[in-house]
Amino acid sequence: MVVVEIGEIGPECRVPDARNLSSDAVRGILSAAGYVPFRRLDRTEIRATFGSGGGTGTRSVASYDQDTTTLAVEAARLARRAGGDPLAVGALWFATANPAYLDKTNATAVHAALGLGRSTPAFDFGGALRSGMGVLRAALDGRGSTLVVSADMRTGLPTGVDESSGGDGAAAIVVGDDSDGPLVAEYLGVASATAEFLDRWRTPGELRSKVWEERFGETQYGPLGERAWNEALAAAGVSADEVNTVVATGLHARATRALLRALGVVESRIADDLTTTVGNTGTAHAALVLADVLETATPGQLIALIGLADGVDVLILRATDEVSRRVPARSVRSQIDQGAPVSYGTFLSWRQMVHLEPPRRPEPARVSASAAGRAQGWKFGFVASLDDDGTPRLPPAPGAPTVPMADAVGTVATFTVDHLAYSPSPPIVFGVVDFDGGGRFPVELTDVDAESIAIGDRVEMTFRRLSTADGIHNYFWKARPTPAAPDRD
Amino acid sequence: MGSHGVKDRVAIVGMGCTRFGERFEAGLDDLIVEAAAETYASAGIDRDDVDAYWLGTAQSGMSGITLARPLGLTDKPVTRVENYCATGSEALRQAVYAVASGAYDVAMAVGAEKVKDSGFAGLNAFPVPSDGTGRTLTAAAMFAMVVPAYGKRYGVDDDKMREVLARIAWKNHRNGARNPRAQFRKEIATEKIAGAPKVAGTLGVFDCAGVADGAAGAIVVRAEDAHRYTDRPLFVKALAFVAGNGSGLGDADYDYTHFPEVAASARDAYAQAGLTDPRRELAMAEVHDCFTPTELVLMEDLGFSPRGTAWQDTLAGTFDLDGALPVNPDGGLKSFGHPVGASGLRMFYECWLQLRGEAPPERQIDAERGLALVHNLGGYPGEMVSFVGIVGTEPGVRTA
Repeated sequence: MVVVEIGEIGPECRVPDARNLSSDAVRGILSAAGYVPFRRLDRTEIRATFGSGGGTGTRSVASYDQDTTTLAVEAARLARRAGGDPLAVGALWFATANPAYLDKTNATAVHAALGLGRSTPAFDFGGALRSGMGVLRAALDGRGSTLVVSADMRTGLPTGVDESSGGDGAAAIVVGDDSDGPLVAEYLGVASATAEFLDRWRTPGELRSKVWEERFGETQYGPLGERAWNEALAAAGVSADEVNTVVATGLHARATRALLRALGVVESRIADDLTTTVGNTGTAHAALVLADVLETATPGQLIALIGLADGVDVLILRATDEVSRRVPARSVRSQIDQGAPVSYGTFLSWRQMVHLEPPRRPEPARVSASAAGRAQGWKFGFVASLDDDGTPRLPPAPGAPTVPMADAVGTVATFTVDHLAYSPSPPIVFGVVDFDGGGRFPVELTDVDAESIAIGDRVEMTFRRLSTADGIHNYFWKARPTPAAPDRD
Repeated sequence: MGSHGVKDRVAIVGMGCTRFGERFEAGLDDLIVEAAAETYASAGIDRDDVDAYWLGTAQSGMSGITLARPLGLTDKPVTRVENYCATGSEALRQAVYAVASGAYDVAMAVGAEKVKDSGFAGLNAFPVPSDGTGRTLTAAAMFAMVVPAYGKRYGVDDDKMREVLARIAWKNHRNGARNPRAQFRKEIATEKIAGAPKVAGTLGVFDCAGVADGAAGAIVVRAEDAHRYTDRPLFVKALAFVAGNGSGLGDADYDYTHFPEVAASARDAYAQAGLTDPRRELAMAEVHDCFTPTELVLMEDLGFSPRGTAWQDTLAGTFDLDGALPVNPDGGLKSFGHPVGASGLRMFYECWLQLRGEAPPERQIDAERGLALVHNLGGYPGEMVSFVGIVGTEPGVRTA
């Protein structure tokens, strides 16, 4: 394959593919997974409440105890499991336009939650929506195996388009060479077209984005898209007719549709962009839809991934025979199907658009950095030590060797609902969990309705943000019900 | 090696207790002075006659100075102790041992808590800097987990469990209504108790201890000196204490229907006191009814009812004021209120009144058996501290 760089000004320059100079390895995608949060907002609720805005269908809603970092952990865990044993990765790259922290790297929390090694670097690529496509391209053009995670939580002021059309979600793509393991998709080519123009913007600290008049952006994206498309096809050595599936994503929905029309892509080849069920997950969206497409792809399927954000990026991929052998740990489709509703009022409070009266209890104190640092393996990785009889002990005994427990499944032995304790979204549902294979831990439950929990319920662990104090996010694990039916996607 | 206790070597010769409640007019110092004054008067001595002091307060102040300053103590050893909600009984335990050791002739234990200055309902613990992974549940929620577990294990359906718990709160409200120092002095119908808004699980507000300010005190001396201070001393028969190691939280065999720390401390106390059939040997018991299911389980852990039967004994009125074994005749934590550091001593204060025949007539029990038990706990199911003490009116025979 050949990589083409296109400059708006000056002579076109071709950069030789560094890998091909040193090896014959085929580069591509080792594994891909998406994460769609459990809750869904019915968009008609918006109009029912305010008399305007909204729409039809649903959008995904991250829980009050999730942020882009915890969404990223969910997707990354699924992607690493998709190939059987957890995939080894050489680096972790994390992109989001809605980071939980600035200055501090967010990818390190993902790294800790996954239990990655000390020498595995973790980097953030943050701020801009385009960093989602950018980080994927950079990994495909780079070396070694890289876990590329993107996550976003999109909303805007009540009744606005961003509120109803946005979505929350994450995707994780493990990029590497075929020598790292069987590829599910080969990387054939890429092209980017870049320009400076004002389509959408948000100054740091703002809850909402602003957009310029739509028509202007449409006129900019069109030519950029056509150019990148043609160059990417040329780089991949394929013709437009050969492309079986086109994934086109961008928050400028009108420009995205217009570009597909201009490129002459027939409707049947356009992938479901999940906007009617999940909404547009911004930074994560291209990778999320790609993960969905790959989960149902057939060997040889040629896929073009188009991202519109301050330019247009086009990636060309071909599904391998391996796709037919993969059974997703939890497919994007199954997650979409298993969501549960959240009321519009709760959605607004979770996104800080309205402030509900808090419980009249003291708010939690900030986490001690040094105490959290010492407890890294426990707090972020959910590890146990083993008692003499082999029973896992949670939290682990001081100084003892540890084993991972984050993937353990358990049963609720007893539970309670606490209406008085402080929670960002009361009441607290709390259960005593007995893990299969031993070990008991009393832990908060999430993604659960207080009325529906029962002794004997099956639960699994999920990485969450418990609270925030003094700007310090308190990350730890909770338990959530396992999906109702086994995934047969 | 062994837990021998100090049976009949030390006697309580004076006690005092403030009114418990929302004492917005009183600070910690006021509460301490009020309780201490009554305690001194009860023993017929003053502050300088006491050789050493112990102050139990969970979080109203630190160090012995918290007691020395309001009482104006000069050159006295004063120790502040804390052991969760068993802080008050811990203060007494230390004072008794100090006298039994021969170190001091007269020791005083004071328990005090100023809870209602926090601005929040309920009790709140000091935030200790942490990694943020600890439970943030209220005590109500932790104890609420006992309810479905007990019901399931012993085949008691949800409605019957609700009835049993309401019966416990009803009894303690009924007793508290006969106690001028109690926070809540109103009888409450079981229907109202059962129908109250839920705080945690199936527990409503009437299932929870009152949150109160208050203080209580006791003066202890060697048993042989007791009659120099009072004609009717109470002799310490047993003081047992167990601090759990939290293993219940991670033990899949723990089923939330019993508290092992309580059973262990009760075994030790009965051995120290030489009791073999507490339900029939005791005149009364003051127990740590922080929540109604706690009292239910305690009846079994303390050996008053065989396992799985306390709910039937409760409904049968066994633990009522006029029952076979009155439990919490003063209204318990439920009605008297729970100023954490004071509660353990408050329980002894009721034993002091009842065994000496000084309780108000409307709640005076038949105390002929002459023995009373105090049970005080702190923490949660699976991770608690438990105290059991026994006092009696007769000195008994000293064993070597």
